[in-house]
Amino acid sequence: MRDPHVILRVVSKFLIPFIALFAFYVQFHGDFGPGGGFQAGVILAAAVILYALIFGLEAAKEAFPPSWVRIGMSLGVLLYGGTGVVTWILGADFLSYGVLAEKSYHGQHYGIIAVELGILLAVTSVMIAIFYAFGSRQPETDEGDW
Amino acid sequence: MDILSLFPAWLLEQGPAFVIVLPLLMGAIVAILPSRTLAWWAALIVTLLCSVTAFGLLLQVYSEGASLYTMGGWDPPHGISLVVDALSAPVLLLIAAMAVVTMVYAMPATIAEIEPKKRAPFYAAFLLCFAGLMGMVITGDAFNVFVFLEVSSISTYAIVAMGAARDRRALAAAYNYLIMGSIGATFFVIGLGFLFMETGTLNMADMSRILADLDGGSRVAMVGFGFIVVGLGLKMAMFPLHTWLPGAYAYSPTMVSVFLASTATKAALYLLLRFTFTVFDPSFNYDIVVVKYVLVGVGVVGMIFASLQAIFQTDARRTLAYSSVAQVGYMLLGVGIATAAGIAAGYLHLLNHAIIKGGLFLAMGAFWYRFGITRVTDFNGLSKTMPWTMGAFMISGLSLIGVPFTAGFVSKVNLTIAAADKGWWWAVAVIVVTSVLAIIYIGRILLAAYFGSPPEIDGEMAKRNEAPLMMLIPMWILVFLSISIGSNLFGLGDNFVMASERAANLLVGIGG
Amino acid sequence: MFSILFEQYNYAVVIILMMTGLYVVFASQNLIKKLVGLSIFQTSVFLLYITIGKVEGGQPPIVEAHGDDHASLEPVLVAAGNAKDAAGYAAGHSDVLYSNPLPHVLILTAIVVGVATLAIGLSLVVRIREVYGTIEEGDINALDYSYNLEGIEE
Repeated sequence: MRDPHVILRVVSKFLIPFIALFAFYVQFHGDFGPGGGFQAGVILAAAVILYALIFGLEAAKEAFPPSWVRIGMSLGVLLYGGTGVVTWILGADFLSYGVLAEKSYHGQHYGIIAVELGILLAVTSVMIAIFYAFGSRQPETDEGDW
Repeated sequence: MDILSLFPAWLLEQGPAFVIVLPLLMGAIVAILPSRTLAWWAALIVTLLCSVTAFGLLLQVYSEGASLYTMGGWDPPHGISLVVDALSAPVLLLIAAMAVVTMVYAMPATIAEIEPKKRAPFYAAFLLCFAGLMGMVITGDAFNVFVFLEVSSISTYAIVAMGAARDRRALAAAYNYLIMGSIGATFFVIGLGFLFMETGTLNMADMSRILADLDGGSRVAMVGFGFIVVGLGLKMAMFPLHTWLPGAYAYSPTMVSVFLASTATKAALYLLLRFTFTVFDPSFNYDIVVVKYVLVGVGVVGMIFASLQAIFQTDARRTLAYSSVAQVGYMLLGVGIATAAGIAAGYLHLLNHAIIKGGLFLAMGAFWYRFGITRVTDFNGLSKTMPWTMGAFMISGLSLIGVPFTAGFVSKVNLTIAAADKGWWWAVAVIVVTSVLAIIYIGRILLAAYFGSPPEIDGEMAKRNEAPLMMLIPMWILVFLSISIGSNLFGLGDNFVMASERAANLLVGIGG
Repeated sequence: MFSILFEQYNYAVVIILMMTGLYVVFASQNLIKKLVGLSIFQTSVFLLYITIGKVEGGQPPIVEAHGDDHASLEPVLVAAGNAKDAAGYAAGHSDVLYSNPLPHVLILTAIVVGVATLAIGLSLVVRIREVYGTIEEGDINALDYSYNLEGIEE
């Protein structure tokens, strides 16, 4: 049987790597320019969701298991909060990145990178989790009945 | 102070951030914990630690004055600051303590009400809600208020909906709450947007300073104030905006209604006090007009109508929910009197009502736990089958009515005196009338419980079937607190009155 | 009268969207449509904030980095961290006119909040559809009516 969605499949196979790459571009520009974890996370999640739409939810769940997604959500928050806890341990106020390095502006930079990573992880996982949660419900009406 | 020296210095110094960060991070951890019992222990310990910290902060405020914490070391007005003062510290302690009470009770209650798979996420959502409420109260940044408001609200929608395992109406109730709550929060943000236009800052202290320089500011600030009052009014179930509340309280899992009834509306009321008396100033024309006519108006109408509605409910939990709306009216009346005594009475009623309603909803949860009943007609003979639980319900109920030697009496008397001093004799009359209405709606339940006979199950009289100890202990702690405040045991009553007076002096002092 | 409306059309758009959203929330019976209305309502607020952030002739608020070192960041940190008043804040900056980035940051947060609200709302609607078999508000109330009165499930 011929695959009716062959063009979609081929095009998205080309697109998905670039979407993911763009997500990381946005992510790693986020510390000093426009961009950051929120935007990058949504773009990265969009890549996964596109994959799920084209190749099916099951294939996407194999690539990104729901258990990872669940841990990713928590890990992202913990990475963000953990940065703050580290600054606590170093004896400063919560989230005072300045103490993370010798020079305070280097510290600010390191801190924001760690925090943005946490945001990326959390936002990506949450967006995928929302998609999985809605997508995995069994439809009451069959595809043909619409 | 002696007790204060027992607290580690770090905890007092970093406490303001600690009480938000700890539940937030533990919420994330609890969500992925495999064991449900472990999740409960984690949540309990978090709430306990937060209460201890909040207590330390309260003592610190009383001995050393208000403190300001800068998030990330960024000074206000650019950075986010956390403010602990005589107004926020008691509410912080109240929320944390009620969370502990709820968590102790939650152990047996969740087993009965939440599916095993959903228990760990339930505790996680509860901790997020708790973190959001603490954040709302402690933050000194106006936009941060919105963020924490939504953190607490969104997790509240989720945990209210979890009552669906028990009663499907929880879903519709959660949906209504979501719509109304989101509209409220959005109104609040619109108001903040106008304030930001006018002042160019988000820090509350800075805002207040700039507004005072502008002599209240232009119409922009006035419109912003209107939006903020309506938004917070929705959140605290101010009378005509209360429609989400009865459903959310009546059908959510029982420990959620305990926690919501004693904290969520109180945090919103606290914010209203903050905005009307410190960010804005009663010396601005529009501010005092709103306080005097709008807040008092809806407060008084709400007291009467919600009390009447409470009488005609078939479901006892809805009765209590409507009574909560009425009690918000008392607090608004206290705020509207706008003298130090009036605000102090409103604030005291806020604290007392949390304790009273917490006790009532705990007892209500225990009734459901044992017999699965919530309707008033099912209460027949409960005094024989569950004497201790019914006893706690009775004392809390009497306290709600305002019988002498209970907490409700103290705050109602203070409120009456404040109203009389102002010369508002009609307000005194309204307080008396609504107290009579409270006698009817609480008395209706008590009558059935004490003078009805237990129903027959399989031809036999229902046997005595007391609630488990894990439920009775938090219940009686609240009952004991309520009596202690009312009869001034251990100086508790004086301490509560003192706390509310300090809070009121702070508000009126700044307001001039 | 009309010239004001055209000069400040952004506010007009905000108001129209706001009222449309609020009307949809209250007027529609369908739970999904209510959420659509809620989203429109929230979006109007995002627009309002973005409008506030625009400064006429303002540049994008990005501090140009000079060289590899982060030292160019230092005056900004000093100004924002230590400045006690607006004058100190301005002194730390060059005389380039920037747009205000703060509303954008606030709205980023508000958007995330909006997404979370929408997700929760939609999942509630899915559950309501499963339990009640309908997403029309009137039907749900009718289904609950006897239950509310008598405590009997149909």
